[in-house]
Amino acid sequence: MLEIKDLHVNVFGKEILKGLSLKVPPGEVHAIMGPNGAGKSTTSYTLAGRAGYEVTGGQIDLFGEDITGLSPEERAAKGIFLAFQYPLEIPGVSTMNFLKTAMNAQAKLRGEKELDAAQFLRIVRAAAKELNISEDMLKRPLNVGFSGGEKKRNETLQMALLKPKLAILDEMDSGLDIDALKLVAEGVNKLRAPDRSFLVITHYQRLLDYIQPDVIHILSGGKIVLSGDKSLALQLEENGYDAVINKAA
Amino acid sequence: MSEETETLQELADRKYKYGFVSEIESDFAPKGLNEDVIRFISAKKDEPDWLLAYRLDAYKRWLTMEEPHWAKLHYPKIDFQDAYYYAAPKSDNDGPKTIGDVDPELLRVYEKLGIPLHEQEALAGVQQRKIAVDAVFDSVSVVTTFKEELSKVGVIFCPISEALKSHPDLVKKYLGSVVPVTDNFYATLNAAVFSEGSFVYIPPGVRCPMELSTYFRINAAKSGQFERTLIIADKGSYVSYLEGCTAPQRDENQLHAAVVELIAMDDAEIKYSTVQNWYPGDENGKGGIYNFVTKRGDCRGDRSKIAWTQVETGSSITWKYPSCILRGDGSKGEFYSIAIANNFQQADTGTKMLHLGKNTSSRIVSKGISAGHAQNTYRGLVSVHAKADGARNFTQCDSLLLGDKCGAHTVPYIQSRNPKAILEHEATTSKISDDQLFYCLSRGIPTEEAVALIVNGFCREVLQQLPMEFAVEAQKLVGISLEGSVG
Repeated sequence: MLEIKDLHVNVFGKEILKGLSLKVPPGEVHAIMGPNGAGKSTTSYTLAGRAGYEVTGGQIDLFGEDITGLSPEERAAKGIFLAFQYPLEIPGVSTMNFLKTAMNAQAKLRGEKELDAAQFLRIVRAAAKELNISEDMLKRPLNVGFSGGEKKRNETLQMALLKPKLAILDEMDSGLDIDALKLVAEGVNKLRAPDRSFLVITHYQRLLDYIQPDVIHILSGGKIVLSGDKSLALQLEENGYDAVINKAA
Repeated sequence: MSEETETLQELADRKYKYGFVSEIESDFAPKGLNEDVIRFISAKKDEPDWLLAYRLDAYKRWLTMEEPHWAKLHYPKIDFQDAYYYAAPKSDNDGPKTIGDVDPELLRVYEKLGIPLHEQEALAGVQQRKIAVDAVFDSVSVVTTFKEELSKVGVIFCPISEALKSHPDLVKKYLGSVVPVTDNFYATLNAAVFSEGSFVYIPPGVRCPMELSTYFRINAAKSGQFERTLIIADKGSYVSYLEGCTAPQRDENQLHAAVVELIAMDDAEIKYSTVQNWYPGDENGKGGIYNFVTKRGDCRGDRSKIAWTQVETGSSITWKYPSCILRGDGSKGEFYSIAIANNFQQADTGTKMLHLGKNTSSRIVSKGISAGHAQNTYRGLVSVHAKADGARNFTQCDSLLLGDKCGAHTVPYIQSRNPKAILEHEATTSKISDDQLFYCLSRGIPTEEAVALIVNGFCREVLQQLPMEFAVEAQKLVGISLEGSVG
């Protein structure tokens, strides 16, 4: 479903991704691990279509369709979701209002009918309950004054409501203690489905104890240098990035 | 359809929605300004002699006055002789009447503007609350709705020209008692040539059973609008009043110089909301309304309260400082403002809170949004008199900048002659960050809708102060006013 072919990306005129290739079949969870500066965040921003991440070569296909030139909102409507490492605060806009605006905007872009207020409330309340999110949190301005754990749970809630085909989790574990991490991972695991793929981007293997990947890729110097199963993460944990990458080279 | 979608659709229209001109045959006063023109206006309104004398006196004083230049506004010199000071639809011979007598052409104008002039229409929706409307078209009131129903509880709501006939003593007693004839250049001009506006009197102990509103429409070319509104809330009464305004899209600038006076007696409360949507000029700054307005409320009685809420999105130039004189002990003044300036608009707006009585309190929340090449200034005065023991003020001024060619300025004046007064002032200036915008985009929210969402969040505290029906309108207006402001 997601296929990245020989992707080259410049940021501020500097080449960060240098021929990244990757395939994620439907229903699978793939992890991208790599040392600092390998291009992990560039990968997630490029997939989401952020301005300033200039694709100079290669392409991104979603369900066989080239989405390389699409805007972020068009990609979102086609089913790409990025859970942010640092979710943004929007003062004065309640979480509820933000969720409604996003869901209706996507429905509109897809040419679907928008939800009425009652339908929307029912859906949000059910999803929030599933993720242990209180009514109070839904009323508060988006991410303003939220704890690290609340912010990440809110990202999970957005994911649950927007029902993406491909969810990219960018350093989902950063800023979380172990209890908060478990709670967030639990939420993510509930959303695993045969028609939904995950790309989990992380520096540490810790997260992968809770969100079990089918495949692990190691990103270094702007391309995938090694792919393997779960055991690869344990090797990294034991020997460090340098040793594993050098062995692969 | 959701509010958001409507916003989006209106954004897509990409123009000032109310810019149409209606082909209505009008009677004009001769062009220019002199004593004869003032006599003409007074005669048209069939006014008492004292009012003509009042006007002529104002005119003489005005001739000796100079235009104020202290505001951060730049515009070519206004030629006061190159305008009509009175314009009225020809069909309107004897002033206000019932809806059945109104020229259908005029009714169509209000239909197009979305203003309900049929009482039964407003009644039809079960959920909808009743709103009484006084519709002012150029220099005359076309119709006032729900007058009869209001009169049953003693509320007087009518055009000021009608009040001069039906309740001359009330008008004479209060007119000019808050904004004196010599107050300022534009207020004095208004005193000389004012032609219409609303009059409201709420008797003691009465809570006005519905929202009152006046809808101002400038239509005729080369004409100015000089409305005069007078609202009196007698002891222990309450009223919520709203004004709205629009004008056709024209290449020349048109002058609007209004005076609004509010008087609140003991334990009375007046809530005055404005959604100002005069034509702002085109994207190059051509045309638009010059809006020079004097609005002042007098908390004359103890424990009285006056709250101004304004959403200023229109006009090429806005010069406006709705103020409160906190005369009664324990009286309260509030000012909530959203001022949006896009393209080449200039806004210099704020408030004055004058603490005279003991234990008076005031609250100022100002949200300024600048985009394009616009300049947006908050100018406010908090003044505490020596005898105003226990006076308190809280001021919050937030500015939001969209783009790098616009300006936001905050000019707070604070004068305290009472050492025990407690005055707080907070100010912030911020921008919409690329990160915030990308976050919205990544959720499928397109740029302009994202900007509208973030800006509405920024304005939330003020929007919450508006009556519900108008809050929705105002929210949409915020989005529309900023269309094209983010590339």
